[in-house]
Amino acid sequence: MRFKGGIHPKYNKSTAASSVEKMPLLGRYVVPISQHIGAPGEVIVKKGQEVGRGEPLTKAGGFVSAPVFAPTSGKVKAIKEFPHMMGNMQMAIEIIADGEDTCWEGVKPLGLWREQTPEDLKSAIAAAGLVGMGGATFPTHVKLSPPADKPIDTFILNGAECEPYLTSDHRVMVEQATEVMEGVGLMMRVLGVTKGYVGVEANKKDALEALRNACPKDLDIEFALLEVKYPQGSEKHLIYALTGKTVPAGGLPMEVGCLVQNVGTAVAALEAVEKGWSLIERVTTVTGSGINEPKNISARVGTPLQDVIAFCGGLTSAASKVIFGGPMMGFSQFSLDVSLIKGTSGILCLDADEVTQFTAGPCIRCGACVDVCPMGLVPSALGQYAERDRYAELGELCVNDCIECGSCAYVCPSHRPLVQLFKRGKAELRKLQQQAG
Amino acid sequence: MIVATCVLAGLGLVAGLGLGLAAKFFAVEVDPRQEEIGDILPGANCGGCGYAGCSDFAKGVVEGKAAPDACPVGGAETAADIGRIMGITIEEKERSVALVLCQGDSTAAPTKFHYNGMTSCASAALVGGGDKLCGAGCLGLADCQMVCPFGAIEMTEGGIARVISERCTSCGKCVTACPKNIIQIVPASAPIHILCRNTDKGGVARKACTYACIGCKKCEKFTGDGSMVVTNALASTDYTNPPQDPAVIGECPNACIKELDLSKKAVQH
Repeated sequence: MRFKGGIHPKYNKSTAASSVEKMPLLGRYVVPISQHIGAPGEVIVKKGQEVGRGEPLTKAGGFVSAPVFAPTSGKVKAIKEFPHMMGNMQMAIEIIADGEDTCWEGVKPLGLWREQTPEDLKSAIAAAGLVGMGGATFPTHVKLSPPADKPIDTFILNGAECEPYLTSDHRVMVEQATEVMEGVGLMMRVLGVTKGYVGVEANKKDALEALRNACPKDLDIEFALLEVKYPQGSEKHLIYALTGKTVPAGGLPMEVGCLVQNVGTAVAALEAVEKGWSLIERVTTVTGSGINEPKNISARVGTPLQDVIAFCGGLTSAASKVIFGGPMMGFSQFSLDVSLIKGTSGILCLDADEVTQFTAGPCIRCGACVDVCPMGLVPSALGQYAERDRYAELGELCVNDCIECGSCAYVCPSHRPLVQLFKRGKAELRKLQQQAG
Repeated sequence: MIVATCVLAGLGLVAGLGLGLAAKFFAVEVDPRQEEIGDILPGANCGGCGYAGCSDFAKGVVEGKAAPDACPVGGAETAADIGRIMGITIEEKERSVALVLCQGDSTAAPTKFHYNGMTSCASAALVGGGDKLCGAGCLGLADCQMVCPFGAIEMTEGGIARVISERCTSCGKCVTACPKNIIQIVPASAPIHILCRNTDKGGVARKACTYACIGCKKCEKFTGDGSMVVTNALASTDYTNPPQDPAVIGECPNACIKELDLSKKAVQH
């Protein structure tokens, strides 16, 4: 099925063929406490304490929360505010490595996933601090606990990777196909689901083949090559493309019995259960015109951005912008002192030529944004209401169904900051609704 | 010709009578005091009293729901007039004004990134808390100026908001508009003010702004009477008991404390 709207930006996936390189162990890591959507964790280590690799540094601060872990063995040097990739200062734990990289004694594998109960699998996933590794960082165990009245009957593996530049999921699918498919089976067991889909964009045929070949015989999985179109990897559009089901406005994928997980999360789930590893390492793409040696790397969570850049040959002299994530939905960085988190799927370094600062103009009602909006919204009207502080009208026009993919802003000839207007609109609408009770 | 004139005159007479009767029978009775109060109110319709405009407020006063001295624009004079109309005496309320508790302009507070988005503080605040390194500081995109019905807020050369206290009526619109919560309604008679809302500790605060409060407690110790208190590494003035001695200004290592005369009031036309 083909969803309405969407755009075709230049993909620039130049690192698609480069194998993942493991970053060497560093002397210092800074692990932010908040790396997920939901409540930040509670710090359970003290300054000066010795920690082992994989030892929890925080405990979950609620159900929708996830712990973070020591990326290597060493000593806790500081627990204070450090620059965070979200653009502000946030609490983080600084670890000085002892160079031994000794595993924490608490790391215990559960065993083969096929021999475990769904409940045990789920608690292992929660304990390992898994979050959606595509970038949204929603705690995985919460997603795997649907309410009783919303049963899940379809599991979907998201291998679309529709963001330009990014190739980390592509490499994971090619290089760790077996782990990915075992992880899929594991999560299907947690949910008690028998039907699964794997969706990969057509520009990654090798990845789909690798997954097809690695699929265990006992899993009922349909493999589909998807049209190359942004935002194919959005949950709702992926579900539509694969199953033809439409998630109702304001609803979550579970409304239509679907659950979508990223390929990186699948691998992490398998490692959490069969090796006892918590989420301390991930694959990420370092690319763009602003970096000397674009590559796919495997780096520990908490690796300072400076070290990632140094490992990739440093920034070019013309580099002017660093983005965590892809160019469409990623976050611009204000400091090179931020560190890699669980959801960092890419580090995009752009040079001055590629970074254009536009001046926004008024809406000329050309309707280009309406044509491309994959959610069927009317971004032009939403933008004008938001600009005039008329938030109640924004609600009537379903601003909350906006997935902030940025397609509208991408095509807008007036360069209007539409996504920012909608983010503001959503925040103000939330306030209005809270006031109304 | 005569017929046409008569018909028209007759129609006019009937319609006129109809309207006259309707005006008599369907008249909405309004307390005359409501109109009187409506006439003396400033007519700014700012909503500072909590009612939807001046006439709504007048209705509220007559119905006994609104406090007669709740109009922040008219101040003491209007309150006294309303009291006269309502036949009650109103104690004079002290004038208050809005004050921006930030001195971190472009010369004092460095930015952490170049912000290139909507010209609105509330929008900018959603992007990592705004472009200022100081998490509490004025973002200078004039949300408060836009909502002020009295033109009582200006943006300084250094790009932060400043209340022109002569024009301020303390309607409180700027207080709600500011996403950083750095505008406070203060008594106009208070002479000494702490102009900072940064809760960072020492070194971090110092880096964020040359005018940042570092929570050193020197002012708290100097005043000693609870008129200046440090909580959460931030000093603040207790406006129920504001400090009077300007000597405390010299105690502050980062010049957060300022003596300001906010009591002047513009002549109302």
